[in-house]
Amino acid sequence: MSTRLATGGRLIDRNSRVEFTFNGKRFTGHSGDTLASALLANDQMLMGRSFKYHRPRSVIASGPEEANALVALGHDAKMEPNARATTTELFEGLSAKSQNHWPSLDYDIGALNTAIARFLPAGFYYKTFIHPRPFWKHVFEPFIRQSAGLGPAPKQKDPDRYEHFYAFADLVIIGGGVAGLHAARVAGEAGLRVIVMEQTSAWGGRSLVDGGTIEGVSVEAWVNATVEALESMENVTLRLRCMGAGVYDHGYMLGYERLTDHAPVDDMPRHRLWRVRAGQVLSATGAVERPLSFAGNDVPGVMLASALRDYVVNFGVSAGDRTVVVTNNDDAYRTAIALHEAGLSVPAVIDARSETDGELPNKVRDLGIRVETGKAIAKVKGGKRVKSVGLCLQAGEGAVLEEIPCEAVAMSGGWSPIVHFWSHTGGKLTWDADAAMFRPDHARAPTGEEGQQNQGIAGAANGEMTLGAALSDAHAQAREAVKRAKAKLPGTASPKGEAPAEAPLAPVWIMPQGANAKLRAKMWLDFQNDVKVSDVQLAAREGYESVEHTKRYTTLGMATDQGKLSNINGLAILSDAIGADIPKVGTTTFRPPYTPISMGSIAGEARGEIFQPLRRTPMHEWHEDNKAYWEPVGQWRRPYCYPRSGETHTEAVNREVINTRENLGLLDASTLGKLLVKGPDAGKFLDLMYTNMMSNLKVGRCRYGLMCSENGFLSDDGVVARIDEDTWLCHTTSGGADRIHAHMEEWLQTEWWDMKVHVANLTEQYAQIAVVGPHARDVLEDLDGMDVSKEALGFMDWADGELAGIPVRVFRISFSGELSYEIATPAARGLELWEKLHEAGKAYGVMAYGTEALHIMRAEKGFIMIGDETDGTVIPQDLGLNWAISKKKEDFIGKRAQERTFMTNPDRWKLVGLETVVPEEVLTDGAYATADGANGNGQGNVQGRVTSTYFSPTLNRGIAMGLVHHGPERMGDVLDFPTTDGRVIKAKIVDPVFYDKDGEKQNV
Amino acid sequence: MSDVMAPLATVTALPAQGMITIRGNLKDAGFIAAVKSASGLDVPAQRQIVTQKELALAWMSPDELLLLCGYEDAPALTNAMTEAFGDQFAMAVVVSDARAVFDLEGPKVRDVLGKLAPVDMAPGSFGHGEIRRTRLAQVAAAFWLTCDDSARLVCFRSVAQYAEDLLKTSAKPGTEVGYF
Repeated sequence: MSTRLATGGRLIDRNSRVEFTFNGKRFTGHSGDTLASALLANDQMLMGRSFKYHRPRSVIASGPEEANALVALGHDAKMEPNARATTTELFEGLSAKSQNHWPSLDYDIGALNTAIARFLPAGFYYKTFIHPRPFWKHVFEPFIRQSAGLGPAPKQKDPDRYEHFYAFADLVIIGGGVAGLHAARVAGEAGLRVIVMEQTSAWGGRSLVDGGTIEGVSVEAWVNATVEALESMENVTLRLRCMGAGVYDHGYMLGYERLTDHAPVDDMPRHRLWRVRAGQVLSATGAVERPLSFAGNDVPGVMLASALRDYVVNFGVSAGDRTVVVTNNDDAYRTAIALHEAGLSVPAVIDARSETDGELPNKVRDLGIRVETGKAIAKVKGGKRVKSVGLCLQAGEGAVLEEIPCEAVAMSGGWSPIVHFWSHTGGKLTWDADAAMFRPDHARAPTGEEGQQNQGIAGAANGEMTLGAALSDAHAQAREAVKRAKAKLPGTASPKGEAPAEAPLAPVWIMPQGANAKLRAKMWLDFQNDVKVSDVQLAAREGYESVEHTKRYTTLGMATDQGKLSNINGLAILSDAIGADIPKVGTTTFRPPYTPISMGSIAGEARGEIFQPLRRTPMHEWHEDNKAYWEPVGQWRRPYCYPRSGETHTEAVNREVINTRENLGLLDASTLGKLLVKGPDAGKFLDLMYTNMMSNLKVGRCRYGLMCSENGFLSDDGVVARIDEDTWLCHTTSGGADRIHAHMEEWLQTEWWDMKVHVANLTEQYAQIAVVGPHARDVLEDLDGMDVSKEALGFMDWADGELAGIPVRVFRISFSGELSYEIATPAARGLELWEKLHEAGKAYGVMAYGTEALHIMRAEKGFIMIGDETDGTVIPQDLGLNWAISKKKEDFIGKRAQERTFMTNPDRWKLVGLETVVPEEVLTDGAYATADGANGNGQGNVQGRVTSTYFSPTLNRGIAMGLVHHGPERMGDVLDFPTTDGRVIKAKIVDPVFYDKDGEKQNV
Repeated sequence: MSDVMAPLATVTALPAQGMITIRGNLKDAGFIAAVKSASGLDVPAQRQIVTQKELALAWMSPDELLLLCGYEDAPALTNAMTEAFGDQFAMAVVVSDARAVFDLEGPKVRDVLGKLAPVDMAPGSFGHGEIRRTRLAQVAAAFWLTCDDSARLVCFRSVAQYAEDLLKTSAKPGTEVGYF
């Protein structure tokens, strides 16, 4: 059984008691434990089930590379799936659940899959479920989805808070082991602004467990002194629990800081995402140990050798009384020594190499531990726990020479440098055949925007695996980073690290090397996804030669650990199977993040009220007080209508339309874009921006204009007013203000940079109120201050003045067909004017109206709306707006495009009015008019579509606008518009102007 | 404990501030002279803000300045500026009502801004006399330091509530970053 030892555990506080639950069972651990160490201490070996075969699994590693011990942390809204038990710090009240099992972790029905494993080989799903085609979507996929998947996503809203932080640094060092700490010292003494990110809760990394001395003192003493020295440097920032997540272009990198995961508190950000611009990045990320591929290497109790000694040394936890060590290198002997020192039994060290005579193996021999060279594990016996291992010859086929009873197996297949960050921005790797690892190729380092090297890599991450070599490499690489940062090299001395010498490893990819098919089918490469040696070999036989294809076919390396444990072993198997060298096969691509980061940290502060900006007009609160029903328009909220008690929205809209047509309506039009265009060339510029002439507009007058894209499509519209000789004010649509401003600036800055024109976006400087209806003039006259008579302010005139003592600019324009004024006033006075208009308007039955009434009234008048009648494929000519397209102008944006044959084709659908044959019926928005016959895909032909459709309270009938083939020539034709519920609505083609064709009402 | 519970900075919405957008060639002697004659201020260098009594002049882009003044003074100052420009290709326009202004006060004001704006807020990189026209989370904003532990921030009027909520969230007690 696994248990807590009586002594040891450098990270835990034995005086503390921390209560937690796992699958509802209560356990106790110590502060300083990880969830994994605490579970082991409580003899909870079984921690999860694998993805495909639901095999019982326990922890295999002690860090972020963990592939098995994934749990769901917390519950309900705070549930987090797929948390690695090895990186989860224990806290009081922690509650964890294992995943991927049913009905329980101990008795899992899905484990039957393992019995039929030979019917579920690589690519099984692809091969089996491909026919019949429609079955995939409707039958197979939903079924597979249910049986697959790891932790479930939480169903409730995440109650936690997150934040971002923008930092700028000369050098970011990823990793706070001895290499990272020394590099920070060098860079810090060079005066660089340095951030050191360490993903765990303690400084020093592996060396604290692996031992040795630095500058003649223990690693621990050296780490403490170095951290203390770094803390006293103002230019160095040290962050624990902060993982380097990714490195991107231009020195941008992300750090993922877990602020309260280890000690949850309310209303504190849970994670902080550091968004750093780094002049230089230095990876001091260490290395990750590789498993060995022998049969049964996934049985609970088989762990990485380094992890097993981590549990003993850091947490005082033993995985079992008797541990067999199996290795191809000297480093794993450290585990035998650590176990021995903890008073545990090591029945044998099984070394695949034919000879070992290094310092560490000899020390192990001296301790009286049996060392078997040239041997291998034929097979691990045991289901939910290791019971014994079968000893065999590494050179053989796996005949068992001897069965060694044990509770745990410590395996080591060598180490792989963590080169992820180096690779994120294109740093290349080179295969070191002697050390059997990919190491960074410094001749092909990651580069920045000017081709300069902007990343370095040091220590074990750079392939320097011993303490002494790692430290001198850290020193050298830090100096290189300082040079690249163009700072003066400091006099910092290179620290001398001493640890036992290590003999070279022997690459071992299959154990034993002649293992038969039956054994190979039990050798796990990717533990989480259940990819075995036999699967990769099958893929190779089926023709998969590229490592990227093999990965996707077998799902090797596609689990949440992203192949940290499996990639090198897998590609070695593949290279052997296809007879190509390992460097020829190459690695899959390393992509950020290094380990999964929370979605919340990516969103940062953007949640709840500040999920996105909500733009408010100066009258926003009034609308709210008057029960406006809101409609989003871009990021604005505009009142759709103002329902009164007992009224439906439709009733409110109809009331607002009738009242505006008969009495007086007020509309908050503040969201309209207002762009001031000024300069000696402003007229010339606007003639190019708009399809019609703006340069000949007289001061004091307004003109409706259209803007097109370069491709001729209608992009925006609005009323332009000429303010003075060289100034025009361009109104845009509400959603188009920023876009059109940017459009104008782009042309001025990139194409017509010699034009003397300035544009200022005054959209928010003014509140704008439309005063509409037969009594519009009466109410303005009552407010007093300026002459708004027909003579002084005719249709399409504008004038500056005052109303009720408030400075205003009045535009006599109409989007409703009624007598109408649009009044602009400085935004700070907007609400005051709005309220005064309501006060004075009482006598005339004033009512505010919303966007839907506005839409209906403009449709009754046959006015188009950008976004309804246009969709990016419509040109003004389609809408019968030829009158607004200048024929005199030499050029305007879109002119040439509109001359293309496709644009001048008489078969283009054109705008018409549509009147439902049954007046009570209203056409469906977007509905198509059917035509005879079918197209090449067997779909019924169409001859037009609805662009806007309403019930007109004014005319008491359904009205619509639509684009119809040869529409304007087919007045009176009746078209069929099927609905989605199987009815057909008939509508007659009519003139799009339904109301007051002669404009008598607006012209009074 | 009282320190722990205090926000990193207090956020106060200020009353309307006079603002004038000025556009022209910032390197042109005539433009510089006109700005000086109308406002008494020198054209600031890139990313700088110059202050004199009630007025401040901020660099906004290679062809844009922002003049800050009393709210009531903006129209008259704009007219004076327009007059001073004469025939020059330059523009002055009142934008006071288009903006909202906030004061941030507290020792951790750099943290509050550093969580929302992609700006190097380190004392050595962002000091007095400097202005940043940048973004605050999802909206445009500009800010400058008024003293060691206070800053002033300008954003568009329509998103004033969003900006205030953002700043207050960023300033919540106990969330200092400890980077500066």
